[in-house]
Amino acid sequence: MDLTGLTIDSARSAIADRKTSATALAGAFYAKIESDDPKIGAYLVLSKERALSKAAQTDVLAEKGENLPPLAGVPVAIKDVMVTKDVRTTAGSKILGNYVPPYDCTAVARLEAAGAVMLGKLNCDEFAMGSSNENSAWKPVHNPRDLSRVPGGSSGGSAAAVAADMAVATLGSDTGGSIRQPASFCGVVGLKPTYGRVSRYGLIAFASSLDHIGPLTKTVKDAAIVLRTIAGRDPMDSTSAELPVPDYVAELDKPIKRLKIGVAKEYFGEGLEPETHKAIEAAIQKLASLGCEIVEVSLPHTKYAIPAYYLVATAEASSNLARFDGVRYGYRASGVRSLSDMYRRSRDHGFGAEVKRRIMLGTYALSAGYYDAYYLKAQRVRTLLTRDFEEAFKTVDAIVGPTCPTPAFKLGEKVDDPLAMYLADIYTVTANLAGIPGISIPVGRSKENLPIGMQIFGKHFAESTILRVANAYEKAV
Amino acid sequence: MKVTEKDVTYVADLANLELSEDERIRMVRDLNSILGHVESLNELDTKDVPPMAQVSDRYGLDESKQGSDRFAYASRNDVHEGLRKSLPHEAALANAPESDGIFFKVPKVIER
Repeated sequence: MDLTGLTIDSARSAIADRKTSATALAGAFYAKIESDDPKIGAYLVLSKERALSKAAQTDVLAEKGENLPPLAGVPVAIKDVMVTKDVRTTAGSKILGNYVPPYDCTAVARLEAAGAVMLGKLNCDEFAMGSSNENSAWKPVHNPRDLSRVPGGSSGGSAAAVAADMAVATLGSDTGGSIRQPASFCGVVGLKPTYGRVSRYGLIAFASSLDHIGPLTKTVKDAAIVLRTIAGRDPMDSTSAELPVPDYVAELDKPIKRLKIGVAKEYFGEGLEPETHKAIEAAIQKLASLGCEIVEVSLPHTKYAIPAYYLVATAEASSNLARFDGVRYGYRASGVRSLSDMYRRSRDHGFGAEVKRRIMLGTYALSAGYYDAYYLKAQRVRTLLTRDFEEAFKTVDAIVGPTCPTPAFKLGEKVDDPLAMYLADIYTVTANLAGIPGISIPVGRSKENLPIGMQIFGKHFAESTILRVANAYEKAV
Repeated sequence: MKVTEKDVTYVADLANLELSEDERIRMVRDLNSILGHVESLNELDTKDVPPMAQVSDRYGLDESKQGSDRFAYASRNDVHEGLRKSLPHEAALANAPESDGIFFKVPKVIER
């Protein structure tokens, strides 16, 4: 049996049927990580002790022949922006280089409560700021499909670990596309739920009104299983919605016939690479052949999404990252002259170039004299972008388009041009601004054999619908 | 609008960043490049468009309720011991760069 190639259900049943044990499974994944990760760089920390003790609990249950929880013994890994009790959590930053959190992120706690085995923490762009994982303070991640290319970002480690069979499923975070874009670049499934669907408690904040936690998996069904496990009201996050969690898995196989699927012409304009365009067109044709009705819709303000996003996100980041001051946790510069000198030098040495750039842009956008022209203006445009979706969803059940304008680019290709890097997020930031759910699924390969991803958007809290469409597509190809 | 080195120094001061000479020069270039792109927002007339700070009020949780009543579930009573039970002293100080076991220690704030 190919242990590291298993999906959630197949791993759980292999343990239940005693074909393997949770301990052996975790061991197989650690062996795989040891042999393959040196060339990929997905993991920052391995939490072996915690994983093996969790696996042993499942094995006791399995030996007794008891009913196993939904993720019993399933090896997962967590993006390093989610805090884990007693397991070092750095957010990809030197400023948190030695940080050992005193509590667990809710999403992680829920996965473990359902039996999952946390293998370790995954590499990412510093504070989730980046689209290529090259902003990690520790090391870059290489795309397992082509090691000369980036895995995407900021959840680059999360996507690479799944693609390289170094975890069955992972958690990522998505503030402007950071789950969906790397999923697309690495050829895996990535789901950003509705804002409020999954608790953000324990997610190190980047931009609080845009941050989301979600799964990266090998199959659509696995994404549904993980979402069902981590979703739902959490008293520790007042923005988590008090709405019942549907059984996403049970709803997967409902028919998609006669669903109305919108195609927004603004997502097929300038900058979209022809090969990607062709692959998305073919996938849309596939959905039509499955009985969906394809309808053209318009999201007229799409071209303003990047500027609005980078003002809102950086403004919130400049505020959130003010907490890193070298007092309560994190790096403190030595040999300082005064308190304010300590703040400055600790932040100066602790933060990387992109993080400083975003703090500066955000502080500028919020500063006296520029607040109305930049921050408030961007918030008004955010309303327009959200209304675009609300209008379109009056006539369609879901909207499909490319996840990214191009397949994975080369390491180093865009590091010196922050604006070019930002523009790669053109199709993903809109869902964060509007708070709607989006999923990226693999729909083909380029001539260079690089994965291409299609994105499916749904109405607020309509994860069931987009999972159903994604599942129907996955099964048909 | 053009960001100058003086602006960068001022904003770095607000953000409690020091920035080296090289970083400042690069920051002038990068901020101007990004803000140049952002100028396109001025093509939109937004004077009658309300600003949107967060998304929770866009979806119909309980449409019969108005305003903050819709989010009443998010509030809770104050409790001494409960959800927000404080961390034990030791755990709260465990990550501190410097502490005396009771307090976080920082360099002198007031100079004589």
